[in-house]
Amino acid sequence: MADAIHVEGVRKRYRDKAALDGLDLRVEHGTVHALLGPNGAGKTTMVRVLTTLLRPDSGRAAVAGYDVVTRADRVRARIGLLGQHAALDEELGGRQNLEMFGRLYHLGARRARARADELLARFGLTDNGDKQVKRYSGGMRRRLDLAASLITEPEVLFLDEPTTGLDPRSRAEVWASVRSLVGGGTTVLLTTQYLEEADQLADQISVVDRGRVIADGTADELKARTGGDRIDVVLRDADRLAAAVALMPFAADDVTVDADRRSFSAPVTDRMSALTQVVRALESADIEAEDIAVRRPTLDEVFLRLTGRSEEVRAQDGSLAKEAV
Amino acid sequence: MSAVSTTHTVRERDGGPAFALSDSWTMTRRELAHWGRQPVQVAVGVVFPVMILLMFGYLIGGGRNVGGDYIDYLVPGILALTMTFGLESTVIAVTQDLNKGVIDRFRSMPMANGAVLVGRSAADMLQSAVSLAVMIGVGYAIGWRAHTTAGGFLAAVGLLLLFRFAMLWIGIYLALVAGKPELVQAVQILVWPVGFLSNAIATPASMPAWLGTVVQWNPMSQTATAVRDLFGSVGGASGHVLSAVLWPVALFAVFFPLALRRFARLSH
Repeated sequence: MADAIHVEGVRKRYRDKAALDGLDLRVEHGTVHALLGPNGAGKTTMVRVLTTLLRPDSGRAAVAGYDVVTRADRVRARIGLLGQHAALDEELGGRQNLEMFGRLYHLGARRARARADELLARFGLTDNGDKQVKRYSGGMRRRLDLAASLITEPEVLFLDEPTTGLDPRSRAEVWASVRSLVGGGTTVLLTTQYLEEADQLADQISVVDRGRVIADGTADELKARTGGDRIDVVLRDADRLAAAVALMPFAADDVTVDADRRSFSAPVTDRMSALTQVVRALESADIEAEDIAVRRPTLDEVFLRLTGRSEEVRAQDGSLAKEAV
Repeated sequence: MSAVSTTHTVRERDGGPAFALSDSWTMTRRELAHWGRQPVQVAVGVVFPVMILLMFGYLIGGGRNVGGDYIDYLVPGILALTMTFGLESTVIAVTQDLNKGVIDRFRSMPMANGAVLVGRSAADMLQSAVSLAVMIGVGYAIGWRAHTTAGGFLAAVGLLLLFRFAMLWIGIYLALVAGKPELVQAVQILVWPVGFLSNAIATPASMPAWLGTVVQWNPMSQTATAVRDLFGSVGGASGHVLSAVLWPVALFAVFFPLALRRFARLSH
C-alpha cells in the first residue's frame, strides 16, 4: 500500500527566503508523524502544501495516493485540517459552522445536521452550540475547530501546532482526542515546537530546520542521538559546584555548569538510577541541593546536538555558533 | 466522548454543476446567517443611501436647473449611485473574508471553485434589492412618482440590478487583487469620483464641456439615463437602454473570469 503522505524534494520560496528547501517525507498509513522544529523552520509551509492551500515551486507531494497539485480535489475529499489559527466563521454559532462545513462536504442537509449534533456532543460543546464562536474561549474554539476537521472522518489529518497557546487542561484534551482518532485508523501529521508533544503523540518524528528534514526516527532513537533525558541540579551554595560536579557519575565533558544559577546539568540514560546516584553522591559529601529534576531535553538542546548551533544563535543570522549554556 | 461508528464518505466532485449550485447556495445561506447575527450593520447599510438621497434632495441640490422637478430627476440618479457604491461594501466584505482563518478551511475542502464568491454575490444582490425597495419607498414619500407601466418599472429595476451585478464582480476582483484591508481605502476613495462623475445629481449640460463628455461616457450615466427614461422621470432620454445593458454585461464578462482565476491562484 502506498504511503499516506509522500513528499519528494519539495521547494517553496517566498521572495528571497527558501521556506522549503528540498524537503523529503514519508508517512505510513495509520501512524502519527510529527514535524518538530523551531519557528520559521518551514513546518507550516509544508502543511499548507499538503493541504492544497499552497503550490510548491518544485518537487512532488502526494496525500492518500493523490498528487496535491494535479488531483487537489481528490486530496481535499480525504483530509482534515486543524490550522494554527482557528478556521471557523466567528460570526456564526458552533452548530451553524459544523452544519455549513457538512453541507460543503456534500453530506446532504439531514446528515450534515446529524453530524453536527454528534460532533458537538463528542467535544462537549452541545450546551454552547448556538453561541457565536467569537464568544467561545480559546479551548472551546480549538475543540470546535478540531470537530470541523473531523466531519468526514478524514483519511489523513493535519494538525499545525495543535496545542500552541492552550492551557494545560485544553492541551490534554486535544492530546486525548488525537489518540482516540489514531485508534480509528486515521493517519496524523502534526507539527510542534515541543519535543514533549512529539514524544507523547508521535510514532515517528522528523526534525525540520531551514526547510529540510535534518533527522528522523522514533522518539527513542532521536533521544539516543541527542543525548536523551537530562538531570538538572541546583545547589544552595555556589561555592560547592566544582566539588559536586567532581562527584558526579557522568563524563566531565557532558556536564554544563551555570554558576549564576548555582546549577549544573548532565545527560542521563536511565532516569531513576541517575537520580538515585546523584542524591547519594551529594549526601555523602554533605552538599545541600535546592532542587533536583530529571527532564526531557529542550528543543534548543536537540538542535544544539543535531546542528551544532543553538536556536538562540540560529536567530542571530550568520554569527558564530557558541555554546548556549 | 462517545465513539462514532458511522463512516462519512465524501462524494467526489463528479457531481459538477449540481455541487457548484448547492455549494453556492450554502455560501449564500452563510451570508444570510450573518445578517441574522448583525441586524444593526445591515440596517446601517440600508439607511446610508437614504441619507444621501435626502441630503442631496433638500440640502445640496435644491434649486438646481435640471429642466424639471429636481426630486424627479434625483431619485433615479441616486438609485444608480447606490448601485455603484455597493462596490465598496463588496470589496470590504471580500477582503475581510480573505483575511479570516475560515477561508483556509473552505479552500482545503472539496467544494466548487468560486462558490465562496458566488455566495457573496448572491447575498449582495439580495441586499441591493432590499435597499432599492426601501429607497423607492422613501422616494415616493418625498413626492417622486414613476410615470410608467408595471413593465417599464420592472425593466428599470432590472437595469439597476444588472449594473450592481457588474459592480459586484469588479469589487470582488479588486478585493482579491488588493488582498489587505489597508488597500481597501484606496479603492473606497476611487469609487467616489466614479460615482459622482456621472449625471446622478446634475445634468452634463450644467458642467464644463469636457467634464460633460466624461460624464456622458460613464457607464453609470447610461444606466441612470435609461432608468429615468423607463420611469418616465425628468432627464430620461430614449436610446440608452441598449448601452445600459451592454456596458454591465461587458464589464461582467471581463471581471467574472478574472475574479475566478484570481481566487484559484490564491495558492501561488
